[in-house]
Amino acid sequence: MFFLIMRRLGLAVVTIFIISLIVFFGVEALPGDAATAYLGQLATDESLKALREEFGLNTPPLERYVNWLGDLVRGDLGDSLSRRKPVTELIGNRFRNTAVLAAAATIFAVPIAIVLGVIAGLTRDKWPDITVSLVAIISMTLPGFVIATVLIYIFAIRLDWFPAVTLIPSDAPISQLLPNIVLPIITLTFVMVAHILRLVRTNMIDVMLSDYVQMARLKGVPMIKIVFQHALPNAMLPTINIIALTIAWLVGGVAIVETIFNYPGIGSLMIHGITDKDLPLIQGIAIILAAIFIVINLIADLLSLFLNPRLRTERGH
Amino acid sequence: MNDIFVNIENLSIGYFNKRGMLIHVLKNVSLQIKPGETLGLVGESGCGKSTLGQAMMGYLRSGSRVLGGSIHFSGQDMFALSVRQLESIRGNKIALIPQNAGKSLTPTMRVGKQIIEAIQLNADISKDLAKRQMLDLLSKVRLPHPEVMSERYPHELSGGQQQRVVVAMALAGKPEMLILDEPTTGLDVTTQAHILELLRDIVTELGTAMMYISHDLGVIARVSHRVALMYAGEIVEDAPVTEIFRSPAHPYARGLLESIPRLTLAGIPNSMPGQPPIPGTLPGCSFAPRCSFATDICSSEPPEFDTISQAPHLVRCHHWKKVVTTDFSQELVRVYQAVEHKIEEDPAIELSDVEITYHRPGLIDRLSRTPTPTATVSDFTLTVRRGETLALVGESGSGKSTIVKTISGLLSAKSGCIRFAACDLMVKVDDRPMDLCRQVQLIFQNPDASLNPRHTVAEILDQPLKLYFPKMTRDERRERQIELLERVRLDGRYRLRYPGQMSGGEKQRVAIARAFAAEPEVVLCDEVTSALDVSVQAAVLDLLADLQKERNTTYIYIAHDLAVVRAIADRVVVLYQGRICEVGTVDEIYSPPYHPYTETLMGAVLVPDPDAKPKLLASDTPELSPPAQGCAFQRRCPKCIPNLCVTVTPPWQYAHGVDGYKIRCHIPLHELLVDQVN
Amino acid sequence: MAITAQVAEQPAIIKSRSPLAETWDNLRRSSAGMIGLSLIVIHLIIALTSPYWVPYDPLEMNAKIANQTPSLEHLMGTDKLGRDVFSRSMVGGRVSLVVTILATIIAVTWGGLTGILLGFLGGRADEICMRFVDAFLSIPWLLILLLIVSILGTEMWVQIFTFGFTYGVSTIRIARAATLDHVTNDYILAARARGEHKWTIVTRELLPNVLDVLLVDGAMNWSWMLLGFTSLSFLGFGVPPPTPDWGLMIAQNRQILAIQPWAVFGPVIMLSTLIIGINLFADAFAKALGLDRSQGAPV
Repeated sequence: MFFLIMRRLGLAVVTIFIISLIVFFGVEALPGDAATAYLGQLATDESLKALREEFGLNTPPLERYVNWLGDLVRGDLGDSLSRRKPVTELIGNRFRNTAVLAAAATIFAVPIAIVLGVIAGLTRDKWPDITVSLVAIISMTLPGFVIATVLIYIFAIRLDWFPAVTLIPSDAPISQLLPNIVLPIITLTFVMVAHILRLVRTNMIDVMLSDYVQMARLKGVPMIKIVFQHALPNAMLPTINIIALTIAWLVGGVAIVETIFNYPGIGSLMIHGITDKDLPLIQGIAIILAAIFIVINLIADLLSLFLNPRLRTERGH
Repeated sequence: MNDIFVNIENLSIGYFNKRGMLIHVLKNVSLQIKPGETLGLVGESGCGKSTLGQAMMGYLRSGSRVLGGSIHFSGQDMFALSVRQLESIRGNKIALIPQNAGKSLTPTMRVGKQIIEAIQLNADISKDLAKRQMLDLLSKVRLPHPEVMSERYPHELSGGQQQRVVVAMALAGKPEMLILDEPTTGLDVTTQAHILELLRDIVTELGTAMMYISHDLGVIARVSHRVALMYAGEIVEDAPVTEIFRSPAHPYARGLLESIPRLTLAGIPNSMPGQPPIPGTLPGCSFAPRCSFATDICSSEPPEFDTISQAPHLVRCHHWKKVVTTDFSQELVRVYQAVEHKIEEDPAIELSDVEITYHRPGLIDRLSRTPTPTATVSDFTLTVRRGETLALVGESGSGKSTIVKTISGLLSAKSGCIRFAACDLMVKVDDRPMDLCRQVQLIFQNPDASLNPRHTVAEILDQPLKLYFPKMTRDERRERQIELLERVRLDGRYRLRYPGQMSGGEKQRVAIARAFAAEPEVVLCDEVTSALDVSVQAAVLDLLADLQKERNTTYIYIAHDLAVVRAIADRVVVLYQGRICEVGTVDEIYSPPYHPYTETLMGAVLVPDPDAKPKLLASDTPELSPPAQGCAFQRRCPKCIPNLCVTVTPPWQYAHGVDGYKIRCHIPLHELLVDQVN
Repeated sequence: MAITAQVAEQPAIIKSRSPLAETWDNLRRSSAGMIGLSLIVIHLIIALTSPYWVPYDPLEMNAKIANQTPSLEHLMGTDKLGRDVFSRSMVGGRVSLVVTILATIIAVTWGGLTGILLGFLGGRADEICMRFVDAFLSIPWLLILLLIVSILGTEMWVQIFTFGFTYGVSTIRIARAATLDHVTNDYILAARARGEHKWTIVTRELLPNVLDVLLVDGAMNWSWMLLGFTSLSFLGFGVPPPTPDWGLMIAQNRQILAIQPWAVFGPVIMLSTLIIGINLFADAFAKALGLDRSQGAPV
């Protein structure tokens, strides 16, 4: 058991290391360098030289990578080209804001998705399932920004309940953030629920058809007990991974939603960075987001290890 | 005087297929079971026995419906009950012991809890009392250390242990009737014997009625008071167990009993041509197309039940009177014909001191210096002669599959020497020259898995032809495919079929044809008949014998079924935990002196004779790995000499010369002989 | 394993039909699947033929009739530059369909082959590659897409390559998983025991069986790519204006949502009907092939 945990942790570290390789050298592989990207059309020989001097872009890539990695480990993400400030400073409170958004969406989405998924799975092909599945399909097929736009249309424009766009700065206290958060949360919740729900439904259907559920029925166990004691624990096991995957998707997908609502979070910073072609900023954000993804997956892995008796014990069949 | 406990009257069950056609599963089934009686329900795959068993619990697979008739259990109509009422009967009055115990236990719940659940459903008692009852049940099913066992999860138990847990669960509600659907599938011979004796003892003690569903005639003979034989959804004969085995009245019963390999009679039995029809599709008797007693009336009019004796013995046949005139036991002796073929002196495959292990030490193991576990197979020395059929016999863990996979090159041996003619077989198949690959072919157990479902038969047979005979043209290959199919007694039109459109026996024949397409010297058969229906096995064995005669092919045949081995083998190797116990001709092995393990195996085999009693000489505790020193069988051997057998590897004893019979045991041969002849 | 379960002696139905015919038959039975297929076909036809029959030139601007709500002359009204929304909606899918269809083919091919090879060969190479795949998949997809496109430009071939490569990586995982499922089957062992060359085994034995999964995954990938492409266009990293494109239209006309919502609804309806169609079809296709699970990460 201990070895299993150690192994997983080790793998996570290795993966983060590889991500750093991809992030750094992937960018290196693209034509030009941070300077040409940033200056773009405005590049002249002098301005390129000046920028490169300032940001130490003249040193060979391997040396830069090692320095970058070293800085990373110490918590220094480098400096942004466009703002001339350390990346960590720019991220600042935005991280907190995005975290609040993501956490809130998750807290809503996961229980709703599980409950709806279980209901849909149990009433397969009957009207509760059909309604739920239909809504899920529609949510899945509309891109986040479309859902956001529709929500804005209904709630901000027509009903005027919430503001369409956030007008407060990134370091505002959370209480000020709250009314601006509602529509983004609803948008994200929609998308997350749709994905988790489909898989919970499939798992539920599979489990209800399994031999051991049939056996429980033939033992005379009443249906409610079967659902809660025999079916759900088994249906939930693969769901943990799905939930982790969806949360991790959130890490990336939140960017568009933040852009639409002009919400001061990491996602919108990322988009700005890309628009500005600010490579160090982009790299810094990329590695942070990816690391978060890995950590979430690790937690999910360990959780399923803990909850699945088959994985916990030494001997398997 | 005895009330009728279960009364099934004219039950018909069917379902509508994708195209909207009505398919019968059961047709006009009538049966009665008395309290305390064990009914054996026998039939081959597709006859509907499982459906009948489930229907007894009021359970129908989704899509199936009752088309007519009824099931009355203790006076209640099972299909008229509400869901609540059914729930209260199930587990309480009537309990099911399913086929696959492992899959029927909820993986996330400890086994003790699942049994307690069954107890509390049927009796209003406190948790502590329920727990004590649960532990009692676990001891009753002879599981060691009940307290420890009850805390385990299903996947931590062996197959036999899981099956016992399921029996305990079924007994929890103190049911009046048990239904068992092939409960010993997937279990070893010795485990199966133990579980059957357990069941017999329990039902005798508790007075429970039992319906035991199986295709295995030996099991049915041991366990039943009465037997009902099913064919194509109907009951064709219903008789006391001794009567149906001694003098069967229905031609199908006769045919079936004549087609199973027997431990005591050498030779390949007859096989019944054709296959069962879909129930309800034929106007007359369902068995008529395959029956040697059939006349015109049989194809036009379905027969009714006739009473042969007051036992009661019922049979559904127009001509049963003709059938019972011939003496069955004499007929049996005539049926079994010994296989005759030439065996040459020169060796085909020689193995010496082969050691095979699955474990490969990783970096962490090397660092932590974990001791290497014992090899899966060790000390394997054997010479297989050209043209002979050598059987490798053993239970799970015996290493027989491992050895065959190593000979074919799928696995590599750790050390030792394997030769075929002048070539080295120690290399893996990727490194062997193509001609060597051609000479050694492998046929697998399950034709469902060994034929690619996306290829037609033509493509399946084409592969070896293209690989080994690249000079053949397309037309030549096509000709050859048709030839091969005819050789395995399949029509040339099968070329265009997909595996999903063929029966099990037909698929296995295609697998055989594929192996012989290479024109091999040696064919390795890994339990090739185990997954087939009883009546089809004989045909496949016969086919293999036939093919062997043509080119003097050498067979290495893996089997766990000692009766099948008796039918076809020339020599036999008995394996336990990857070590050889004894080697000899089939006559030598099947008569004393036996190695203690062979004796245990022989004792546990269930023969289709109601008067035979199995001898349970050793417990069925599973072995995780071979012992590090001494005799492989030391932990379970009833004749184990303490200190000696545990520490010293038993020496070889030869009966006559190094090439003849040999056995590996500390006990001298003459002592074993004296002991076992009594 | 000693005594195994019996192989059924009776075949299901004896009729010489290929798995392809069987699948099509199953598919026909599913009304959802047929609806999905029809939606896809309709969209393809529209994309191919629309320039020839749309009532107005999608690029024709007319400031005088800007921001009009739907009327008989302009079925969906006009956008803020006075262009006919209906015509632009009809034509707006062309680029996205070309890019995503080609990219899907690339993704399925390269991801599929790589996944199968990794699953079949196993060993060190497999472990190392999978670490890279995992790492790659943990970087936010949007970031990768945007990054490549922003540096390399927004020409069609860049987009096709980017989408094809990125989505192909997730296909590797799925193809590998499907291969691992099959590789333990006896017919693969039988082929190995015969001495068949590894490449033959992969193409002749594995591929036909894994193809099912790949096709379903391909359909799902296509729908996710459409979502991704539209998102990119929305953010301004896709097709440059004034080319009509659904994502771009939504972005541009968001400001007049209050007065002329149809300028946004038009492309939204087009996009969602196509994606719903693909999803319905993919679901029904998976069922028809006997695969009942839906897998993969959301986009």
